[in-house]
Amino acid sequence: MLTAVGGSCSWTLPKPRGFYGSLRPGGRRRLTVAPATTLCAGWLALSTVTPATAPRAAGSGGSPRPSACVSASSLWWRRIRRDLAILESGKPTRGYWMFRRQRSIPLRGSAAALCNNLSVLHLPVCNLTHFGVVHGPSAQLLSVAPEGVPLAQRQLHAKEGAGVSSPLITQVHWCALPFRVLLVLTSHRGIQMYESDGSVMVYWHALDSRDASPVQAMFARGIASCGHFICVGMWSGRVLVFDIPAKGPNIVLSEELAGHPTSVTDIASEPAQEQDCMADVVTADDSGLLCVWRSGPEFKLLTRIPGFGVPCTSVQLWKGIAAAGYGNGQVRLYETSTGALHVQINAHARAICALDLAPEVGKLLSAAEDTFVHIWKLSKRTESGCTEVEHCHGECVPDTQVCGARFCDPSGSSFAVTGYDLAEILRFSSE
Amino acid sequence: MLYILDQRLRAQNIPGDKARRALRAFSIMSVRALPLLFLNLGGEMLYILDQRLRAQNIPGDKARRDEWTEVDRKRVLHDIILTMFNKSFIEELLKPQELYSKKALRTIYDRLAHASIMKLNQASMDKLYDLMTMALKYQVLLCPRPKDVLLVTFNHLDTIKGLIQDNPALLHLVDETLRQLIEVYGGLSAGEFQLIRQTLLTFFQDLHIRVSLFLKDKVQNSNGRFVLPVSGPVPWGIEVPGLIRMFDNKGEEVRRVEFPHGGNYVTAPKEGSFEVYGDRVLKLGTNMYSVNRPVETHTSGTSKNLASQTQQSIAPNPLAKEELNFLAKLMGGMEIKKTSGPEPGFRLNLFTTDEEEEQAALTRPEELSHEVVNIQATQDQQRNQELARIMGEFEVMDQPRWSASKGDDLLAMMDEL
Repeated sequence: MLTAVGGSCSWTLPKPRGFYGSLRPGGRRRLTVAPATTLCAGWLALSTVTPATAPRAAGSGGSPRPSACVSASSLWWRRIRRDLAILESGKPTRGYWMFRRQRSIPLRGSAAALCNNLSVLHLPVCNLTHFGVVHGPSAQLLSVAPEGVPLAQRQLHAKEGAGVSSPLITQVHWCALPFRVLLVLTSHRGIQMYESDGSVMVYWHALDSRDASPVQAMFARGIASCGHFICVGMWSGRVLVFDIPAKGPNIVLSEELAGHPTSVTDIASEPAQEQDCMADVVTADDSGLLCVWRSGPEFKLLTRIPGFGVPCTSVQLWKGIAAAGYGNGQVRLYETSTGALHVQINAHARAICALDLAPEVGKLLSAAEDTFVHIWKLSKRTESGCTEVEHCHGECVPDTQVCGARFCDPSGSSFAVTGYDLAEILRFSSE
Repeated sequence: MLYILDQRLRAQNIPGDKARRALRAFSIMSVRALPLLFLNLGGEMLYILDQRLRAQNIPGDKARRDEWTEVDRKRVLHDIILTMFNKSFIEELLKPQELYSKKALRTIYDRLAHASIMKLNQASMDKLYDLMTMALKYQVLLCPRPKDVLLVTFNHLDTIKGLIQDNPALLHLVDETLRQLIEVYGGLSAGEFQLIRQTLLTFFQDLHIRVSLFLKDKVQNSNGRFVLPVSGPVPWGIEVPGLIRMFDNKGEEVRRVEFPHGGNYVTAPKEGSFEVYGDRVLKLGTNMYSVNRPVETHTSGTSKNLASQTQQSIAPNPLAKEELNFLAKLMGGMEIKKTSGPEPGFRLNLFTTDEEEEQAALTRPEELSHEVVNIQATQDQQRNQELARIMGEFEVMDQPRWSASKGDDLLAMMDEL
C-alpha cells in the first residue's frame, strides 16, 4: 500500500520500538522512509513535513531492502504522528535533520583505498557537477546533473612512461586557475594534466627515476592550484610548482620546493590575505609537518608547524587558518602566520582520510576510516584572533571505510562521499 | 640469482639502463607489503588445512591405508612450515620489492600446499585460496591502526608456533623469521605502515566472496561486505572522539566543548607487544576455525564488480616475463620435494563430499578461476647448472625422506633407527 517513488527508498515492516532507529546523530537508522508521494491517505496529511522525515539509512551499496505490504494499526499511526510532532518541534539534537541521503551515483569501478579520493568540480553556469574518483590503475570522471543523474563518464589511465608495468593513480583533482580549469592526475609514473573534461592531455611530467631509492616507492601525491601555479607533491618530500599559461600546453616547471623530509600527502591553498601576494599554500607530509608558503615567482616559506609523529593525511586553508586532519583521528586548526594551535578536535576514531571546505560559509567537512563524516562550522573572532569551532552534523556511512569526501557546492549545502570497495558515490543534501 | 635475472633480461634485448629502470619502476605503492601478505596468507592456509585435517582425523590403529591420521596431519603441517620458513626464502622475501600479481601469488601457494604428501584438486585449492584471501581482507580491513597489520602477522606466527611445539628446529626457524620481521618493520613510520595497509587493501579490492563462518558470526553482510563496528576500544594512540578544545594565542586552553560523535567508543586498554614474545592484545590473526564448524564459501553473486578486475587480468601483461623471473628467483630457494612412485600422495578434500567438490569445480564463475602458472625453474642446461649450484647452497639439513605409500615410509623410518 505504500510504495516508494524515486530514489531507492522503500518501506520495511515497522518495528514496535525505535521506529526511526536511533535519534542520535550518526546513530543506526533501521528504517527507511519513502519521500513525497505515498498512497495512504492518513500519511498524506503528514506528508507536508517530509523534508524533515528520517533520512534514509545510508546503505553500503548492497541490495535494497524488500518492500513489504503493511497493514497499519491505529496504534501505529498514533506513534507516527507523535514522532512527527517531535520532529516538527525540533526536539532532536540540533543539526540532526540537516542532511538527507540523495540518489547515489554508480561508478564503473570501486574506489581505491587512498586518502582524498574524490574531487568535485561545480559548474554553476551549465548546472553540472563533475566528480572524479580513483579506482586503481584508472580514474573515472563523471558529469552529473543536479538530481544526481549521471550524464557522461570517462575513464583516464595512468600513462605508462618508463618501464612496462601498469602504474597506479594516487590522486585526481580539478585545479581552478584564473583563466582555465585543468584536471591533474598523479600516479607512480608522473603527473598528467588534462583539460577540465579530461578529453585532451596538455602536459606530462615523468617522475625522475634518478632520485629513486630501492626501499621506497616513487609517486606523486597532493595537488593544489594557487594563482596561476599548480603545486604537486612528491614521494621524496619535494613540491613541484608548475607555471600555467592562460591557454595552451606551454606549461613549465617553475620551481621545486624542498621543505619536507618525508612524502607529501596533501596541499591546499587560498587567495592571500594581503594585497601584494597571490596566494598562500600549505603542504603536509607523512610526518605530520605542515609548511606554509607564500606563492609568487619564487615561493617563500613562511611557517613550519611541526608534527607529532602521526601523518597528516589532509589539509585545508581558510582565512589564514590551516585545518589539518591526522592519522590519529584529530583535526587541528593552526594560525598560519604564527603556527599556533588554536583548536584541537578529537573528531574520529580512525585515521582521517579527507577534509574539505566550503569557504563562503566557513564549513569544514571531515571524513575518516571509522565510517563517520562530520561537518563543522568555523568562525574567527577578529578581536581576540581566536578560532571557534562548532559541530553541525554527523553522518554514519555504515560498513564503509570512507576514502573521499567533498562539498558539492560552495555554500556547503550538499556533500558527496566515496568508500573503499564501494562502486558508487554517496550524496547527501540539506535542501 | 641476479646473474640469472640479468641473463634473461639480456636475452630479451632490453638495454642495460632501461632494464635497471624497469626493475626499479616496478614499485607499486609500498615495497614492504609482500612479506606481510605472504606470511599472513600462509598462516591462514595452515589454519584451514589444520582444521580440515583434524576434521578428517581417524585414530591411527583404526585407519585404513588411505585415510588421514594424526601422524599424517602433523607431517603435512611440518613439511609446509619447513618450506614456508626456509631461511633463504624468507631473506629473499624480505627484500624491498613490489607486490606480486594475484596469479603469481596463487602459484606460490599452490606449490606450498603441495610441498608435502597432501594433494588438492583444483576446486579444493580454489576454495582454500578464497578462504585465505577473504580472511586476510577481513583482518586488514578491521585493523585498528595501520601498524597493527604487523601484530596480525605476529599472531599468525605465534599460532603457527603452537602447531609445531614438538619440533625445536622448526620453532627456531619461525623465531628467526619473527626477529627478522621486527628488524625490518620496527623502524618504519606510521606513514609507511599506512602505505602498506593501502597496498594490501588495493590487492583485495573487489573481492566479495561470502564465507559462511563470517556470515554466521555477523562480521560479513549478505552482500559480501564486512561489518565495520562503531563501538569498542579506540586504537592505541587515538583518543575517544567527542571533544573540541579551543586555545588562545598564548596556548592556554580557553574552552572545552563536547559533541555527539555517533559511535560508542572507549579508551584502549593497552598496546600490543611488538617483541618476539608478548601479548599481542589484538585478536585478529588468531585461529578462528575449529573442528566442528565447517567453512563454506559462496561465489555466486559476487561477479558484479569483477568486470574491471577481469579486464586487468585478461589483457596480456607485458610484465609477465619479469614477474615470472622474480618468481623463479624466489622459488629457487624453496625446497620443493618431488613425488616418487606411482601414487602422488594423499588427496585432501576441502568440501564435505567428493561430489560437492566436482560440483563446485563445474559451477565456479569464470572470473574467479585462478590459472596456475607452471614455473620451470630449470629451463636450459647452462642455467640449470648455475641454478643447481645456487640451489645446492640452499640445502636444508634433515631432509626427511618420504615415499608415496604410508607403509613403505614406516618401513623406511624403521630402517633408519
